[in-house]
Amino acid sequence: MSDDVLDLSAAAAGARVQAGELSAAELFSAWRERAASDDLNAFLWLAEEGPEGGDASSSPLGGVPLAVKDLFCTEGVPSAAGSRILEGYRPPYTATVVDQLRKAGAPLLGKTNMDEFAMGSSNENSGFGPVKNPWDDTRVPGGSSGGSAAAVAAGLAPWAIGTDTGGSIRQPAALCGIVGLKPTYGACSRYGMIAFASSLDQAGPLTRDVTDCALLFSHMTGRDPRDSTSLEFPGEVALPSAERLDGLRFGVPPELSGEGIEPGVREVFDQALARIEELGGEVTEVALPHSNEAISAYYLIAPAEASANLARFDGVRYGQRKGHGDLLSMYEETREQGFGAEVKRRILIGTYALSSGYYDALYGRALRVRTRIADDFRSAFEKVDLIVTPTSPTVAFGLGERTDDPLAMYLSDFCTVPMPLAGIPAISIPGGMSDGLPVGVQLAGPAFSEPQILDAAYALEQAVGFDGSAARHA
Amino acid sequence: MIDREQVLHVARLARLRLTDEEVDQMTGELSSILDHIERISALDLEGVEPTSHVVELENVLRPDEPRPSLPREVALAEAPDADDTGFRVPSPGA
Repeated sequence: MSDDVLDLSAAAAGARVQAGELSAAELFSAWRERAASDDLNAFLWLAEEGPEGGDASSSPLGGVPLAVKDLFCTEGVPSAAGSRILEGYRPPYTATVVDQLRKAGAPLLGKTNMDEFAMGSSNENSGFGPVKNPWDDTRVPGGSSGGSAAAVAAGLAPWAIGTDTGGSIRQPAALCGIVGLKPTYGACSRYGMIAFASSLDQAGPLTRDVTDCALLFSHMTGRDPRDSTSLEFPGEVALPSAERLDGLRFGVPPELSGEGIEPGVREVFDQALARIEELGGEVTEVALPHSNEAISAYYLIAPAEASANLARFDGVRYGQRKGHGDLLSMYEETREQGFGAEVKRRILIGTYALSSGYYDALYGRALRVRTRIADDFRSAFEKVDLIVTPTSPTVAFGLGERTDDPLAMYLSDFCTVPMPLAGIPAISIPGGMSDGLPVGVQLAGPAFSEPQILDAAYALEQAVGFDGSAARHA
Repeated sequence: MIDREQVLHVARLARLRLTDEEVDQMTGELSSILDHIERISALDLEGVEPTSHVVELENVLRPDEPRPSLPREVALAEAPDADDTGFRVPSPGA
């Protein structure tokens, strides 16, 4: 029975449990066995057994197990955010979104690999080794939620959650040929997420299709008294059903779809635009004039916030402690040995940007650029309903190909960085293939437009008819 | 541009110890990254307000009522070194 069940989408498997045709315990053990066959280094930890008690058949998510990015705190379960400095750390509490999903009927299947503290676009910055792309194991899965994306694409997990700060859900979803949603800032609680850049970080789903994405997301939202930046989601997130895109205006910003996009990606993107028009959508050009500065603003703001957030890793309260001698040497040695090169690089950039003499010229200006970027989107959404771009300028690149050039790695994030700076939601869905590798198409909308984004993504998904089964392990 | 001395200064501020090799490597990498990033200096941002947060939120308040917090033994359980009452650290002057 198990192979059939594992071929089902998460929503379909949950529906079988709800109908009494399948037991949640069987479903869990089938997925647990499949996850244990991980040869991509996607998982860092697997649950030994499913949840005890409770009746999954009456739960909204039907007992379909969930892969969770390693930076979500899970009580008693290793949560290291992909960092050696937190190796072995077992938090005394669980992140709100993980708790919400468990209560809704999605028990924890395992913790997934990631770039250390979510800093990276290739998963090569993990303290626990890189993840391989299920379409081609010589290539990266993208990052930082690379383990979650690879696990879902390879059929090692039915669905997963990750976090997105500058593209860390959408870019790996694109490179692995699955769906990834970065919600509106504040839509999901950040409580229990090991923080990277607090004004940008958002949790979101990584799933096989748009329906699974909407179902998972609908149970992740809500105001949490333990995250004062979280907000009640206005309105319902229903399962998407749109078949047409009549009357919807889609804006294509030339800044995020022209120069720098490789031809194979552009080709798939153009096909997606043609599909949108076939479905009745209107495609026009719309300007986001400050996009070129978004990378600069992002790589000042995110490291600045990270340098403050990561000050807590000092060998005192949790994680590893290294060094002998006085307190200062202990701090310095713990951090030297515990952090990887990319984390050190970003702490240095952030500390530099916040240091006396540079604060106004760098960090202060970045915050003003952020205003410009949010204003660009505001003006754009007066003319169009949604913005459509490629998610990543290239398909999945080779392992080791970009590790020597951190700036080139940063610049490759230019399609995904502007949205979190503006706090707006965006989804990546598979648009097709280029050279045997998946290409993602991104749809972004105004704050709290997730229902519209999911509906449009669903209609486009049906028209594209992407088949990801070749990446799934039999 | 950023020079070796600045890298060492910033590393000290961040409580990061770097090997000589790391200092050389970071000086080169950070220089090219900052050269790119510093392009925002050329923008006209006169009169533009900074955005530190995208959500329009004023103070979020709750009633000031006592409630249980993490029990001490639980809070201390993951520490590399602790006794029954607190985190143990090396002396600053040791």
